[in-house]
Amino acid sequence: MSDTETGLHLHDSDLAPGDERADGREIAEGIRGYLVGLGLATLITVVAFIVSGTSLVWQPSIPIALVVLAIAQMGIHLVFFLHITTGAESLNNMLALMFGLLIVVLLIVGSLWIMTHLNHNMMPIERIIQMQH
Amino acid sequence: MLGKLSWAAIPLDQPIPLLAGCLAFGIVGGIAVYVVLKGWAPYLWREWITSVDHKHIGVMYVFLAMVMLLRGFTDAIMMRSQQALAFQAPGYLPPEHYDQIFSAHGTLMILFVAMPFMIGLINIVVPLQLGVRDVAFPTLNSVSFWLTATGALLINLSLVIGEFAHTGWLPYPPLSEFAYSPGVGVDYYLWSLQISGVGTLLTGVNFVTTILKIRAPGMTYMRMPIFCWTALGSSLLIVAAFPILTATLAMLLLDRYFGFHFFTNEAGGNPMMFMNLIWAWGHPEVYILILPAFGVFSEVVSTFSGKPLFGYRSMVAATMAICILAFMVWLHHFFTMGAGADVNAFFGVATMIIAVPTGVKVFNWLFTMYGGRITYPPPMMWAIGFIVTFVIGGMTGVLLAVPPADFVLHNSLFLVAHFHNVVIGGVLFGAFAGYTFWFPKAFGFRLREDLGIAAFWCWFVGFYLAFMPLYVLGFMGMTRRMQHYDVPAWHPWLLVAAAGVVVILAGIGLQIAQLVVSVRHREQLRDTTGDPWNGRSLEWSTSSPPPAFNFAALPRIEEDDAYWQTKQRALRQHVLADEPAYTDIELPRNSATGFVSAFFASFLGFALIWHIWWLAALSFLGAFVTFVAFAWRDRTEYRVSAEEVARIDRENRRARRAALAHLGAAE
Repeated sequence: MSDTETGLHLHDSDLAPGDERADGREIAEGIRGYLVGLGLATLITVVAFIVSGTSLVWQPSIPIALVVLAIAQMGIHLVFFLHITTGAESLNNMLALMFGLLIVVLLIVGSLWIMTHLNHNMMPIERIIQMQH
Repeated sequence: MLGKLSWAAIPLDQPIPLLAGCLAFGIVGGIAVYVVLKGWAPYLWREWITSVDHKHIGVMYVFLAMVMLLRGFTDAIMMRSQQALAFQAPGYLPPEHYDQIFSAHGTLMILFVAMPFMIGLINIVVPLQLGVRDVAFPTLNSVSFWLTATGALLINLSLVIGEFAHTGWLPYPPLSEFAYSPGVGVDYYLWSLQISGVGTLLTGVNFVTTILKIRAPGMTYMRMPIFCWTALGSSLLIVAAFPILTATLAMLLLDRYFGFHFFTNEAGGNPMMFMNLIWAWGHPEVYILILPAFGVFSEVVSTFSGKPLFGYRSMVAATMAICILAFMVWLHHFFTMGAGADVNAFFGVATMIIAVPTGVKVFNWLFTMYGGRITYPPPMMWAIGFIVTFVIGGMTGVLLAVPPADFVLHNSLFLVAHFHNVVIGGVLFGAFAGYTFWFPKAFGFRLREDLGIAAFWCWFVGFYLAFMPLYVLGFMGMTRRMQHYDVPAWHPWLLVAAAGVVVILAGIGLQIAQLVVSVRHREQLRDTTGDPWNGRSLEWSTSSPPPAFNFAALPRIEEDDAYWQTKQRALRQHVLADEPAYTDIELPRNSATGFVSAFFASFLGFALIWHIWWLAALSFLGAFVTFVAFAWRDRTEYRVSAEEVARIDRENRRARRAALAHLGAAE
């Protein structure tokens, strides 16, 4: 569905990322961006596999390292593949991302909080007695 | 070969659903035969079934909602009459049938009446208010509608083939697990919601994109009519909440079809997780329904008070605040499950806080009316009826938000009365206000006002008669979903409630009469100018019904209340704005994609419900091929010539010039 198809007006400032009209030089730049992204994403994936099996680092830090790597991976995808930038032109995308993150955090943190309390309150009486000793 | 399907699936021993089903399919079949014999089938196919025009899709949504309202209301009549009769008696509905009726009533009314009604109004109005020619993805829009229709079809099919869920409108496990509900009822529920849920999600995506990306030149965010804002809020909530529903129902499906243990009692499953997740969708869902209704009332109150909306910015802020807060209150649906005082207190307070933006809106409507020249056609009657009714419903809601009070009233008829109070008094009254308000825009003639006002009064009085006794019964300790009872004190109140249903029935009868009489007298009720109510936003600046391209030239917006300002200028100078330079307009071509893919989706759903795996694979393949065929078509649009555009537009300008001259002469 191009904008000409329905005769609709698109505001110049809010084109979807990747939807801009590009000349040859910009296309080359775009491809380079994707290649850098692919390289970084692969690197982080490989590092994650190495870290999980290695004995070179302090063992309890491995889960934390994996979480950090996972978040970095998300960041790379957002920047290089989904083209989320801090520029004014991607305000809509930024807001959408923020809204999405907020909902996910509310849902996950809320559910964990609710379910922990439910589990605690629904504990069989023998377990509670056991815990008091 | 046919999975679980056999002749035993036809409920020959239960005359009521069988007769009702045969009657319904007889009527539908009869209409279909009549249409074909009259030679209307090609017109229907070309102008409606394959149409990707947002106005036609919107009308079909509203039509679907109204037909399903009749079905859901029939369920309501059966429940109320059963409870009126079942005092120290078994009544006329056996328990397993009664259970299906209240489950079907809730599912239909929320997902196949309220949702399509609101989405239909959004479809008809939002592109017109934004001053554009269509939504962002017109064919996707048609797919959305037909998938919703598929869901409705599957639920109604359960009347005659098999059974519907016995579990209530949200299928709580462990009851809904295979061990306790081995029949196909819950599967009918799950698959029709999954299929129509895809349609709803696509609608949400479509309208978020349309409103954020496609607006007439100069239509900045803060110049958008408030209905566009509430449609945006509602669409954002759809995009954020419906994936939760899909995931939750998918987990229940895995439990039922593959023996997983997400929500079972044994093997590490946890039914409480289902309640948690389903309400994380369910609470935003009620705001998905009510936000567009708030938008309708804002437009109606401002138009019939002859004033700009009071506190436009606070209205926008309230709408967006509700969008966030809607995701922070879901636990109030299960205070009694045992999360404890800390958690309950947090969600109780959050629930009370969400009443604040709603209260802001109520005051804005009151101040819009204050000092205005109020007229009282049916849309305004619905709006005023709404304000009174909704405030009562809102206050009982805040009462239920107090956890200790909720422990007393949970699952009682007080709760039933509360949510009918807000859903009928809010969403349904909003739907009817929008229906009478925008009907002339969609069809080019107005609805009879006398019958409309009579219908309003029947609904209004009937609602109070039917649901105020339920508040009393809740305090008297009557729980919901009772098939029979033997408490003498309850009986008179249930008789009053049954009488209320009769009055509402009269209201529905009057609405049907209003439609029939108006269609017959459409020439007297013709809306020639396209602005029957002295409206304020852009939908009234084009003809009624609008041409396929909506606007001959895209409007340029320089002020708030875009059309109102243009009209005032024309009235001052006694001339219309200059004729625009007409150009060719390209419009999206019709596409059968939506109808064909929904056709396959219907078979897919049916096959999955009955475990007919070969048919499921075949229809999935069919749907996929439809999609590929659509993706490969190379002519996607057709051209309306400049002369044709000029001819259509000049006709409307002539009518408007005549109206202007008439006004000038009256001065």
